[in-house]
Amino acid sequence: MPVFDLSQTPLRDLNSALHGLASGANDVDFEVINPRGHHAVAVGVDSPINITVRGSVGYYCAGMNDGGTITVHGSAGPGVGENMMSGTVVIEGDASQYAGATGHGGLLVIKGNAASRCGISMKGIDIVVYGNIGHMSAFMGQSGHMVVLGDAGEALGDSLYEAKLFVRGSVKSLGADCIEKQMRPEHLQKLAELLEKAGVENVKPEEFKRYGSARKLYTFDIDNADAY
Amino acid sequence: MCGIVGLFLKDPALEPQLGQLLSDMLITMTDRGPDSAGIAIYGAADNGKAKVTVQSADPDTDFEDLEAALKAADLDAKVTVKSTHAVVEVAAADAARVRPVLASLRPDVRIMGSGDCVEIYKETGLPKDVVACFDVRSMRGTHGIGHTRMATESAVTTLGAHPFSTGSDQCLVHNGSLSNHNNLRRELAREGIAFETQNDSEVAAAYLTAEMAKGKDLGEALTGALDDLDGFFTFVVGTKSGFGVVRDPIACKPAVMAETDQYVAFGSEYRALVNLPGIETARVWEPEPATVYFWDHKNAA
Repeated sequence: MPVFDLSQTPLRDLNSALHGLASGANDVDFEVINPRGHHAVAVGVDSPINITVRGSVGYYCAGMNDGGTITVHGSAGPGVGENMMSGTVVIEGDASQYAGATGHGGLLVIKGNAASRCGISMKGIDIVVYGNIGHMSAFMGQSGHMVVLGDAGEALGDSLYEAKLFVRGSVKSLGADCIEKQMRPEHLQKLAELLEKAGVENVKPEEFKRYGSARKLYTFDIDNADAY
Repeated sequence: MCGIVGLFLKDPALEPQLGQLLSDMLITMTDRGPDSAGIAIYGAADNGKAKVTVQSADPDTDFEDLEAALKAADLDAKVTVKSTHAVVEVAAADAARVRPVLASLRPDVRIMGSGDCVEIYKETGLPKDVVACFDVRSMRGTHGIGHTRMATESAVTTLGAHPFSTGSDQCLVHNGSLSNHNNLRRELAREGIAFETQNDSEVAAAYLTAEMAKGKDLGEALTGALDDLDGFFTFVVGTKSGFGVVRDPIACKPAVMAETDQYVAFGSEYRALVNLPGIETARVWEPEPATVYFWDHKNAA
């Protein structure tokens, strides 16, 4: 298993090695030690490999991930998993602001708390947070699911489109056009599936409330369609 | 951008290393803002003495024979020159006289800060050069703050660098930009506060000074700042015995804190904290928006 010590090896060497893997390569397990808050650790991974990071990372860790499984045994700075396409990113500690922003797919699991703007403009990613999330989370979320076992901060789901939000704890306030919605059987089923994928135990889907778009904003009004 | 750091020591055993630790933290943040850098170090108060840190664009001329000139003006002072800065130490009773005497003897000298224990060094250039030119690494102290600047609201000059000090032993570093600083500056000027620059962060420092002059402690003044200052800010603030952090309610300027039995540390990024002793087991967290964090040696004792 290749090990990259970021206190000795330049970050570019790590990311080049991850990007340079031939299709079907056997070396699929990588370890990164001493990340020391480095930015852009394991960005742009585009093959189904496993990367274990031992320590805390800075900005944009696992950004644009497309198929990799990246686990950070520490906390992550701003923009972890930003624009993820597919694959899995697990943060054992906390995540800073805009975790999973604009993500198109894949699963982001944050075992601690996430700060503000978690899942902003999410476009299909699934995000599971064991702890709390900060203000303006899922702002303009377009698709995908956000599951929060703890509490949500102010203005959850402001200007939401089709993303589905599930919160187990309290919600400090809902953003514009975000409302609580009925939990139907298909939602409970999806929630159970996401909790299992994220390794959550002893938490039942029935403990959550569902939030989504009321679809009352300008963009949803058919009378505005001829403005274009 | 801008990068800010702060370190408040709880364990006196670390005091000899304060300058060293804070210098490394600041240098790590260089790529957040390479225009200018500054550091404020709170050393041990020497009873009955006051310190004034001054800066000159022409230190060879201004600082030559400054001590003798001050003595001739009946001000018994000890002058320690460090590159473009000098620390003028006088009896506490004479502290108020330093500014007017200096203004007449050396009109081009600028006051960086004053108090019982703070020394402030700031210049244009990279943190590593600024730290080296003032030998910050050798400085001991109880707490300190530092800043590396990417200028937005005013020119890249020595006076535009942080920390800003507007009151005795008070100073502030700021990441962000204020939007109501012009109006607030006018209001504070009307209350008699003098401003050295057009910089928005100086207004924040002056605001806190004015609030504390009304009897508030640092924590209360920072709480007031949340109501009265408009814009983006992460502030790290020092007083003679206190250390405070506050972020605006939107909180887009980054901030990470760490606390152990030995210290409280602040960095714009976690990278700034990785060399601190015991960081592996420290409590590390992101300060909440619109929440005042405040430590004081007096309360801790």
